[in-house]
Amino acid sequence: MIPKQALGPGPEEQYRAYLSEGRFMIQRSRSSGRYVFFPRVAEPGSGRNDLEWVEASGLGTVYSITVNRTRAGDYNVALVELDEGPRLMSRVEGVETVPIGTRVKARIVEIDGEPAVVFDVLNEGGAA
Amino acid sequence: MNGNSIRGRTAIVGIGGAGWGEAPGRTAIELLAEAALAAIEDAGLELKDIDGLCAATSVHAFPTLSVAEYLGIKPTFFDGTNIGGSSFVMHLLHAALALEAGLCNAVLICYGSNQRTAGGRLVSLSEPQWHEKPYKPRHPITSYALAAQRHMYEFGTTREMLADIAVAARQWANLNPNAFARGPLTREDVLNARMVSDPLTSRDCCLVTDGGAACVMVRADRAKSMKRKPVYLLGVGGAHSHRSITQMEDLTRTAAAESGPRAFAMAGLKPSDVDLVMLYDAFTITTLLFLEDLGFCPKGEGGRFVQDGAIAPGGKLAVNTSGGGLSCVHPGMYGLFLILEAVTQIRGDAGERQLKTCDVALCHGNGGTLSSQVTALLGSEAVL
Repeated sequence: MIPKQALGPGPEEQYRAYLSEGRFMIQRSRSSGRYVFFPRVAEPGSGRNDLEWVEASGLGTVYSITVNRTRAGDYNVALVELDEGPRLMSRVEGVETVPIGTRVKARIVEIDGEPAVVFDVLNEGGAA
Repeated sequence: MNGNSIRGRTAIVGIGGAGWGEAPGRTAIELLAEAALAAIEDAGLELKDIDGLCAATSVHAFPTLSVAEYLGIKPTFFDGTNIGGSSFVMHLLHAALALEAGLCNAVLICYGSNQRTAGGRLVSLSEPQWHEKPYKPRHPITSYALAAQRHMYEFGTTREMLADIAVAARQWANLNPNAFARGPLTREDVLNARMVSDPLTSRDCCLVTDGGAACVMVRADRAKSMKRKPVYLLGVGGAHSHRSITQMEDLTRTAAAESGPRAFAMAGLKPSDVDLVMLYDAFTITTLLFLEDLGFCPKGEGGRFVQDGAIAPGGKLAVNTSGGGLSCVHPGMYGLFLILEAVTQIRGDAGERQLKTCDVALCHGNGGTLSSQVTALLGSEAVL
């Protein structure tokens, strides 16, 4: 059988394009409702190719965090669990570190000339 | 297939090492070849007898091609599976399958690295993950630090408990003339060492050394009449869980919880049957996670289990008697060095650190960022 022709940019490029527009988008399977990140051509595990792009709430919780101590300076690297379920690597801005479980909210910034998602500590009164 | 047909059907009959620690002026493949030839000689074989080859390195894209060319052999079975530092434990299974299928008669499994003298940093072919890259993780340590932080958060594990793992490894290394890092090391030394990635200090991290290692496997019927006491392969199980640490479902539970039971089932053994536990200690946290996931203590109890010398010489469980990656040798991909210590102990050749009884040894390899887990059980003739 002739392979299906791949048309246009794939999920990784689409994700970057959304970020360039200032939108933090993740994928969701139409049939299972499960959210997926990092972006892929199909839902992992099932192989369902019914992923659609949805705007992430941007809300999440710090699942784990470390501070890399380097000659060039110290910086944190965090795993943030989005309220939608998937986890991603990022950093928490404006603090050396925060306790695991801290509620955070996404913001798009430029890192090394490319748009990227970082997180700020969510102030009390924000979404639970 | 339940894999029971593999149990005891093949054996390691030769081991060799080269340039453990510092080997200035030597390349990775030179160290690999020297170790390979030592292993072949230890087995009482000649290079021309080798017709199976397993290899993985941190510098060769096509390791079996490079090794076969260098040694001047033309293997009929070859396997360059690379799943990180656990590769060589997986090679044991692939070699056993090939030997049992009659594809070859003597398999050489080998590794070499000159990463210490070539630059003093971990050398890796591992590519960055695009969705992690902007945040500049320093893999592997960032991933292991994230796992350690999570374990401390969920189970109350402390830095002191992690430090005790490094101290125990050093105490074993002090009994091993081949260990690179010897001398006193206290809990305070570990805690006060340079913080690299919270909560891991430089003393929670494995060494960066040079070194080559190799072993030779044949079918058990042939092994019985060979030069050295055979060390039988009783069971192997492997498991993948992720490539990127972001995709690891639970940072406190590794796929060793799957590979271990697979290996034990194949071997018909349980954790309490094991005399020697060789765990890939890339960082202190890995020893702790694997003790839990392989069933030597309950989940979450690893920190309390290792406290106060419990895995040090004279403790309740013999773990990493060579001194491990933390204090003996760690040239980038350490898996084969676990196997060499297990064979040395089962043979009864471990000198001052020799265990009174060592008929069953567990070797657990880890690869990537807690990504691949492979468990093997090796044993003497007594447990066949």
